[in-house]
Amino acid sequence: MTNPIITKTDLAPAFEEDRDARFVNIKAVHKVFGAGKKRYHALAGVDLRIAKGEFVSIIGHSGCGKSTLLNLVAGLNLPTTGSVQVNGKEVEAPGLDRAVVFQSHSLLPWLTVLENVQISVDSVHPEWNAKARAAEANRFVEMVHLGKHAHKKPGEISGGMKQRVGIARAFAADPQVLLLDEPFGALDALTRGSMQDELTTIWNDNRKTVMMITHDVDEAIFLSDRIVLMSNGPEAVIAKVVAVDIPRPRTREGLLENPLYMELRKELLHYLIGTGHAVAEAAA
Amino acid sequence: MSLIVDGTQTKKTEGNPQVTQAAASLGSQALAERPRAMVSGLKIKESAVKTENNRSLPVVPPGEDSERAARSRERAQTFIMPAVALFFLCLFWEIYSRREGVVLPGPLKTVRESWNFIAHPFFDHGANDKGLGWQLLSSLQRVALGYSLAAVVGVLFGILIGKSALAFKAFDPIFQVLRTIPPLAWLPISLATFNQANPSAIFVIFITAVWPILINTSVGVMRIPAEYENVAKVYKLQGRRYFFKVLLPSAAPYIFTGLRISIGMAWLAIVAAEMLTGGVGIGFFIWDSWNSSRMSDIILSVVYVGLVGLILDRLVAKLSSWFGTRLD
Repeated sequence: MTNPIITKTDLAPAFEEDRDARFVNIKAVHKVFGAGKKRYHALAGVDLRIAKGEFVSIIGHSGCGKSTLLNLVAGLNLPTTGSVQVNGKEVEAPGLDRAVVFQSHSLLPWLTVLENVQISVDSVHPEWNAKARAAEANRFVEMVHLGKHAHKKPGEISGGMKQRVGIARAFAADPQVLLLDEPFGALDALTRGSMQDELTTIWNDNRKTVMMITHDVDEAIFLSDRIVLMSNGPEAVIAKVVAVDIPRPRTREGLLENPLYMELRKELLHYLIGTGHAVAEAAA
Repeated sequence: MSLIVDGTQTKKTEGNPQVTQAAASLGSQALAERPRAMVSGLKIKESAVKTENNRSLPVVPPGEDSERAARSRERAQTFIMPAVALFFLCLFWEIYSRREGVVLPGPLKTVRESWNFIAHPFFDHGANDKGLGWQLLSSLQRVALGYSLAAVVGVLFGILIGKSALAFKAFDPIFQVLRTIPPLAWLPISLATFNQANPSAIFVIFITAVWPILINTSVGVMRIPAEYENVAKVYKLQGRRYFFKVLLPSAAPYIFTGLRISIGMAWLAIVAAEMLTGGVGIGFFIWDSWNSSRMSDIILSVVYVGLVGLILDRLVAKLSSWFGTRLD
């Protein structure tokens, strides 16, 4: 704070702007798992910047290293070479500033909905008293409309509800970056749609920086500012980044009438089907 | 790792009341008998429902009433059938004991000869001359001490070893050897170390009961699902919170499996240990009766030992299901 040479205010405008533009900054990242015969080169030089408040989706075939990339930002894995920075700080371990919504919801089955959400509140605000922390957790349970089910165990609620608890838990940590690992992958189409709507509403209120992994082209277009296409693994790289210049708020009906949507959809599907053939050929 | 019984297995059978009842009446020891018991249990139920429906059809439609009747009939069967089996068992035993040259007293003679012990379980004529209630209680006291010690040490060390892959590699082979040593083989070492009968017996209980608890706990801790570990990492569940919110509930089914195996082994060991160490206790009572040729008292004690063993097993099972419902 008392650094005499550089004070924050001197550099403020340019520095802040630059840092916000590369809020998540992935630079020349390689990730290699194992060694010898089991060596697997998952990511081979990935560069990606995500601006503050931006919603970025990552699309690619199974096993292309999408989840690996997300785990690197989460800090659950560390890059073999290269660097991952969030808000100017190198990612070295998992942290509450990068909350994850896991693919398999990953709720603790012996805790109630409320208690599952409260574990992140307890971690963020350990100095609060028990009542305040419970109230805060309750606020996030209400946010995902599960007030009625707050005292049920995960085993007593549906798959969609579980994933909503996962989302509430992530938002309750008040993270700087939200990492969604195929959050709606296991849900049926109807539930999925309503979950996407719900996520849009929550995101509109909070404007967190989001990195989401998905298989679903429509989901990616509906939710994202930019879509990152990854090449097939091993040695996956970013093949293409597509901007989604469709104004918000978006509605499903509105999208269907938007020519840009149809164009984007075609482009993304074309890419995925093309690489899909490549995968099939490689397997044959 | 033959000591590990998957916690989920017992849960699966709990879902089917017929299976559990059939299996329960046979006792958990008779694992091999389970499939047959399941089949016969189902058959009995089917026929019961059929006759019930046929009878009640003309009067009332089959509904809650017939269902309730079938249920109470089934409940009655779980009590009546074992009684019938026991009756025939005693009958054959009685017939066998009346044959010429058989020393074993029959059930009637057993009850007659040891009636004094049956009627007065808590008499106390000083020294070792005490009722079977006192004998059992003093054995139970030793088991309680040794078993509690084993539970505490087993769970703590199990967690330690389960959390450290290096420690597991170091200690697992040693534990695998130690756990196969029969309880009584420890007794001479124990006597040499403690110089006294009572602590030696308690130590034998401890050393017998500790391995299943320790090994199951360590495996339970090692098998905490990666997704829970990731949740703990991302949402910073550390220290005490990690222990109580992730580790303990996740490993609980394994820990309770270990505790349940151990209580049976502890009871097994105490009877044997007391035979050699003497003093008040059901084990020594059996040995003493043998020395004074009181066969009926031996048979009575053996029956009591079996009943107490069953109660202990059920107590731990109840405890685990109580925690199970709370934790799951």
